[in-house]
Amino acid sequence: MSTTTTAVAEEEAPRVPAPVPRELGTALSDYFARVRGGDVGSLPAILGLLVLFIVFSILRPNTFTNSFNLANLVNQSAAVMVIAMGLVFVLLLGEIDLAAGWTAGTAAAMMGIAVTRHSWPWWLAVLVCLLTGTLIGTVIGLLVARLGIASFVVTLAAFLALQGVLLKTIGEGGTIAIRDSKLLAINNNTMPVWLGWVLWAVIVGLYAAITLQRAAARRAGGLQSEGFSLILAKIVTIALLLGAVTAYLSRERSRNPAVSSIKGVPEVVLLLVILLVGLNFVLSRTAFGRHVYAVGGNAEAARRSGINVKQIMLFCFMIGSTLAAVGGILLASRDNSISPSTGGAETLLYAVGAAVIGGTSLFGGKGKILDAVLGGLVIAVIINGMGLLNQPSSVVYMITGLVLLIAASVDALSRRRAASTGRV
Amino acid sequence: MTMPSASAAAPAAQGQPALLSLRGVNKSFGAVHVLQDVDFDAYPGQVAALVGDNGAGKSTLIKGVAGSHIFDSGDYVFEGQHVHVHSPKDANALGIEVVYQDLALCDNLDIVHNLYLGRELTRRGVLDEATMERRATETLAGLSVRTVRSIRQQVASLSGGQRQTVAIARSVLWNSKLVILDEPTAALGVAQTEQVLRLVRRLADRGLAVVLISHNLNDVFAVADTISVLYLGRMAAQVRAKDVTSNQVVELITAGRSGSMGLEPGAEPEDVRAELADPVPPIGATVGAEGTGSQATAASREDTP
Repeated sequence: MSTTTTAVAEEEAPRVPAPVPRELGTALSDYFARVRGGDVGSLPAILGLLVLFIVFSILRPNTFTNSFNLANLVNQSAAVMVIAMGLVFVLLLGEIDLAAGWTAGTAAAMMGIAVTRHSWPWWLAVLVCLLTGTLIGTVIGLLVARLGIASFVVTLAAFLALQGVLLKTIGEGGTIAIRDSKLLAINNNTMPVWLGWVLWAVIVGLYAAITLQRAAARRAGGLQSEGFSLILAKIVTIALLLGAVTAYLSRERSRNPAVSSIKGVPEVVLLLVILLVGLNFVLSRTAFGRHVYAVGGNAEAARRSGINVKQIMLFCFMIGSTLAAVGGILLASRDNSISPSTGGAETLLYAVGAAVIGGTSLFGGKGKILDAVLGGLVIAVIINGMGLLNQPSSVVYMITGLVLLIAASVDALSRRRAASTGRV
Repeated sequence: MTMPSASAAAPAAQGQPALLSLRGVNKSFGAVHVLQDVDFDAYPGQVAALVGDNGAGKSTLIKGVAGSHIFDSGDYVFEGQHVHVHSPKDANALGIEVVYQDLALCDNLDIVHNLYLGRELTRRGVLDEATMERRATETLAGLSVRTVRSIRQQVASLSGGQRQTVAIARSVLWNSKLVILDEPTAALGVAQTEQVLRLVRRLADRGLAVVLISHNLNDVFAVADTISVLYLGRMAAQVRAKDVTSNQVVELITAGRSGSMGLEPGAEPEDVRAELADPVPPIGATVGAEGTGSQATAASREDTP
């Protein structure tokens, strides 16, 4: 028995049959099978967005769907989306950052002070803002990862403390007005129409190139690749969807075009796209991103595999708070000022809600950056649409709460479904 | 320590040098002397079963080999070289992999991701999914694993046996030389157990040294070439599986002795020896007879603190 040697293994040399490329039909049926199995991903957010759009379009055909309002929607939701992107990193670990909202406010206040009281150039002020966020994230991350305090408690403490810091820096009842044109442009201006179309072409082109290149590499490696029909369908869908949005935003939306013309894609979209693509790359294509999912899925398994779990946690909190600081810049830019309530009130709850509505699980290990964008859009549409319906904020809050509850229920139900079909 | 006639000498007779040799290894946790002068060998191409009752020191021995614990004294010889293993990383560097009982897999990742967890292949900082997937497919095919539907399915959707298979496949992906399996069949059904045992055998047939910890003697006799029995922190015997019967192994596990094999009465731990002042009547030479003497010894052992 023990004399059998490697010869056996060589005889059983792997004979892997050449796989058939996945075509559109197979991919669609696979997707439906996954959804039926409980892996719903971002589907509820997309369906919800669709339903909300249809409902508000019917109720307010003139105001809701005009391009002025849609551009407005993007600017309104940008900050929450970016904060939610940061929260995705933290939520993927199964942790929470309750302080993200006040981190945004505090970091924005530092930027405001730098640019107004010290007359620093805008880019230096932005750097100060980002570093403030990173510093806050480092402190929270160290306390959670090294000392082992529950993130809920640490960030609750930070939630209270940062509120105080913000109040102290700005002064009771005070505001810091932003007059720097660059900072104001970030979340108010629109790019020229031609630039919007260039952006569209670049995104679609890059997407097509990457998808085709990956399929070619996999085919060359003898692995199952995506078939031509599937790739084409994906590219065409992306091109049409983004093209429609770009075209709509390129229309003149000024109420009085003779005085001032407003058309084109909002500049903040460029920032959102860069963050979406960049962070998505980090999470899905780098070893670090893989380790984030591993720690969220099974921290002990990750540790035994040689992953530095504490370091991953620290980095995620740092990334989360830095992105919150970016959100702070957007808030300040949108409001033209920073007040002691910047990043307060419902900012954090909307951000957490955005991530969860988008499909990121509060239990860790499941979520994408795109979730933050889709969920952020859902929340923005609710707030915007309810406002156009002249509903008081009481109703808006109740509806938003209800939507969040529905999203969490979908998560819980799909989890149960997933557990019974052996998916997570 | 004088080796009883039937122990480690037997496998060595095959001419293959041992891949791993522990000699006179000791480990204490405070006042508790968990491992006492333990000798242990693992040979390439062989499955060495490590058995023993709860608390006999199996886990401590394995953790020492894997670098999770550090032996207090004794020789750790790997491929003929004296080595110092102070951390799991040291052990991994030598080519030692451990598959733990509570499988260290991430449910939310697919099979390829789990196989490469913590050691992802990257090209210019980007995960090299294509190469990882190809090599993972080859590894599973090389181990004749054909029960997995897709290598890209999440581990959560796998059965217990398939999960164990993934965990084992992961240990051989790294040109490992010694694979330690901690109770790989503990939570499996009959068919799945057989599937995993076949895989264990295949690992050894590929020339790896395999150490199998198990409570199930059926499993042990199904795949093991040698059986090592730990008894109260001492190596009672390391014998060839075909030279012993199940009953003898049970005696070795419960009493540390069976016939001419096992610990000599004089080699008992000191505190136990005191209780054995009245020498136990020699156990009959008849193989497999569950002598009352050994039962009595087992009973008296349990009284010792």
